[in-house]
Amino acid sequence: MGASVRPSFSEGLGGEQGWPKALRGRGPQAVSGILTALGRAGLWSPRRQLLLATWQALSRALVTMDAESLLLSLELASGSGQGLSPDRRASLLTSLLLVKRDYRYDRVLFWGRILGLVADYYIAQGLSEDQLAPRKTLYSLNCMEWSLLPPATEEMMAQTSVVKGRFMGDPSHEYEHTELQKINEGGKVFEEEVVVQIKEETRLVSIIDQIDKAVAIIPRGALFKTPFGPIHVNRTFEGLSLSEAKKLSSYFHFREPVQLKNKTLLEKADLDPSLDFMDSLEHDIPKERKSLGASSDFHYWS
Amino acid sequence: MGDPPPDPEPPSQPPSSRRSSQVSQRRGLELSRPQPAFPEEAEQIPLDTSILQSNRGVLASQANLQGWSLGASPTQQENLTMFQAEEAQLGGVEYPSPNMGFPSELQPQLYLEEGGTQATQNAGLMLQQLQRGQSNLFQQLESAYLETQPDLLGQFNMYQRDDLQFSQHGPYLRDEPTLQFSPSEPGFTPFTLEVPEPEPLELAVQNAKAYLLQTSVSCSLSLYEHLVNLLTKILNQRPEDPLSILESLNRTTQWQWFHPKLDTLRDDPEMQPTYEMADRQKALFLRNGGGEGQQEMEEEVAETAVPNVMETAFYLEQAGVGLSSDESFRIFMALKQLVEQQPIHTCRFWGKILGLSRSYLVAEVSFREGEEEGEEEEAEEMMEGGEGMDAPDEEDEEKDTDIIPKPMWKPPPVIPREESRSGTNKYLYFVCNEPGRPWTRLPHVTPVQIVQARKIKKFFTGFLDAPVVSYPPFPGNEANYLRAQIARISAATHISPLGFYQFGEEEGDEEEEGGAGRDSYEENPDFEGIPVLELVDSMANWVHHAQHILPQGRCTWVNPLQKIEEEEELGEEEEKADEGMEGVEQEVGPPLLTPLSEDAEIMHMSPWTTRLSCSLCPQYSVAVVRSNLWPGAYAYASGKKFENIYIGWGHKYSPENFNPPLPAPVQQEYPNSPEILEMSDPTVEEEQALKAAQEQALAAAEEEEDDEEEDEEEDLDD
Repeated sequence: MGASVRPSFSEGLGGEQGWPKALRGRGPQAVSGILTALGRAGLWSPRRQLLLATWQALSRALVTMDAESLLLSLELASGSGQGLSPDRRASLLTSLLLVKRDYRYDRVLFWGRILGLVADYYIAQGLSEDQLAPRKTLYSLNCMEWSLLPPATEEMMAQTSVVKGRFMGDPSHEYEHTELQKINEGGKVFEEEVVVQIKEETRLVSIIDQIDKAVAIIPRGALFKTPFGPIHVNRTFEGLSLSEAKKLSSYFHFREPVQLKNKTLLEKADLDPSLDFMDSLEHDIPKERKSLGASSDFHYWS
Repeated sequence: MGDPPPDPEPPSQPPSSRRSSQVSQRRGLELSRPQPAFPEEAEQIPLDTSILQSNRGVLASQANLQGWSLGASPTQQENLTMFQAEEAQLGGVEYPSPNMGFPSELQPQLYLEEGGTQATQNAGLMLQQLQRGQSNLFQQLESAYLETQPDLLGQFNMYQRDDLQFSQHGPYLRDEPTLQFSPSEPGFTPFTLEVPEPEPLELAVQNAKAYLLQTSVSCSLSLYEHLVNLLTKILNQRPEDPLSILESLNRTTQWQWFHPKLDTLRDDPEMQPTYEMADRQKALFLRNGGGEGQQEMEEEVAETAVPNVMETAFYLEQAGVGLSSDESFRIFMALKQLVEQQPIHTCRFWGKILGLSRSYLVAEVSFREGEEEGEEEEAEEMMEGGEGMDAPDEEDEEKDTDIIPKPMWKPPPVIPREESRSGTNKYLYFVCNEPGRPWTRLPHVTPVQIVQARKIKKFFTGFLDAPVVSYPPFPGNEANYLRAQIARISAATHISPLGFYQFGEEEGDEEEEGGAGRDSYEENPDFEGIPVLELVDSMANWVHHAQHILPQGRCTWVNPLQKIEEEEELGEEEEKADEGMEGVEQEVGPPLLTPLSEDAEIMHMSPWTTRLSCSLCPQYSVAVVRSNLWPGAYAYASGKKFENIYIGWGHKYSPENFNPPLPAPVQQEYPNSPEILEMSDPTVEEEQALKAAQEQALAAAEEEEDDEEEDEEEDLDD
């Protein structure tokens, strides 16, 4: 019962990444919902983007392929205005299957779309058994041919933090950034202007990583941790109830916990170690950036 | 006071029995009213004059027994009905009563039968009150002692006995004159009683009831309902000495209202908000008037103002934009509802603005000719009234003995907003949160609002009356901010293929219109459509058909200094007006129908991005244009069709993070002039030096005098 929901993003309003938009389909487990995150100003700002999520329409049936779950998820996430045209949808369905076969992933999820000036990037992620393990990211320009992206590193983040503006849409495009570098030449210190070339691919990688770290969320109970370490999808998860869905504490950040170890023993006593092994959304700052709303059948929150 | 869903448990027997009696009557069974067939009971009987008459006879016989103000005359009966109805109104138990309509329905027929305009009027009014109120308590009481039907439970026999006494003294309505004559007096002959004019009585009753029905500030409970609950509780439980425990009973009743009774056997179904929403949306799907057959269909097939939302949604879906198909359909139905409610000439789905709690669906409409909005005039009158009030205040201040220095700061002249149907206010906008909810009209936008909206960036919460807290302060609440953003987005992103619109032939010269350019256009009947590939390739094939907003906040420029001249005549500060009389340049914007290729670039990238919807089959593709300046604004064109839409957060793109401007430096209170400056006191040395100098001067003066005297003496001597 895949009730785990991956966040996805919709527009980046003024973010350097253009309009990243991602929809997540679910893997073999059923779609729980789609979160569409809306990027807000500035990827590199400490304020993160908003998420738009619809999750209450958790499907209970076991779905074996990404195909069906993808379509349902797209319907659910349409509240923010972003969608996929029929040809893209169709090509995604076929190509993701092929990716899964070729790369031998356990699950392939459609992460979303990043809008660029010339072309848009479609991003997918492949997962192995352990849910929290680093994921492999692939990108494609036409939803048919997928290329693997290198994993994100700290230097990449630092390097690309200076680039602002929209994505071009051309992966080989290089941004030029001039900076002053101190060069030691035989005892004298020079400051020279060096033009640094930053590839768009690098920028793509770091953006995706940042977005994931900031806004990927999962409802409580969707994943559980086994005593051996690996994290599995909870097949008995049936979704959150109406009252639980409205609380921020029932959602976690889908990443390695950062704040968990800072909790006092008293707080930790209430936690269930098999379910509460990630950071909850309650303590995020600023508080208003995650607000829960409801509209007709769906609960969405941004 | 809404009816709760039908209570599964049998409601109190008297009302049901009463109702059932009425039901049985309705079915035409012979009414066999038992002896205590009081006239009130009798009047519940449906049209059956014979029964009426028989009951009247009963009435008369009963009159003396009961001491009621009974009578065979219509006025008396009417009296009774009034009384009964009032009793009924005075508190009653709220029982789930699907049959509540019965007595009300029956009574009008009854009263009409009796004839007499007064009676009918009176009765009608009473009936309205009765219908409005849930008043089973006293019906219960009455029926309890009135009926001896076999289906009564034992306990209500008890009621019967007890209430006989109770009812004799009756509930006394404060304003009920007939009740002041106690019917319990023996030998009371109501025949001599005069019925007061129904109007003041009616009024009094209505006033009293309206007062009681006021809902409390802190919750949605009214005193009326609370008293009903309390009295029902007391009567059901029959505690000993209720007066002494009245306080605690009161408290318990209040508590119970807010804590639903938890049934251990079965939970009450939750009233989920989703059900309410579905209920509201159900109304959308019902046709108006229940379908009058073909006539309505034909009318509807003819031109309506409702746009073809589904077609637009289909094309936008090809482009990868838009809402899901059932949401689009719901929007379509909601727009249809809007068109039916308002006198609308043209209507268009403008888009959706997302908010933190709720989103806004925006419809762009224009009213029919002559259907001018009265709200605007009211708003203006209020504003003028406000301005008039300021003047007398200033005068009062001046009359004070101490003249307070007037501030030097003069607010900048207010730029008048544009007229309806022109410029930024060309269209009217209606918003609603969800299809199914009522549409709210947004006020017209003023230039100062647009200017301020350019400086701030706030997310919408979804509530129109939410305040916009920002610096610089925004003049208005969220509705105004929303309207301002809509105006900006419309002006910036409403585009159409070249040639779709053209200028009319009768347009005046540009010079006449102050160089602002033409401001109206019309559809080109000869538009052939531009091939999709060309639309995608070149931005020159698209044009703006919305007027550009000048930095002033308007589309047509207005010289703010002209207004100052008018004020000079009225006001007193002529001198200060001169300070502002600098050369204000006329602001010019790009004229209407300029192609997109002329748009300024942001950061070396074009403000628009074009795409073909499907690169695999270009022959059937749709050209899509996306705005880079306003993320979320899309336009598509295919053949002769085109449409604009906005789905987004309502903010402009900025490559930098948004930094609100810092507050202005603190203004100086007063100018630093020497008379205000504090002089430093002289030091001791200075004082001594001064003293020494003065002494020297004195000494010198004395010496001169001595010399002069000596000279004079010498002269005299000589």
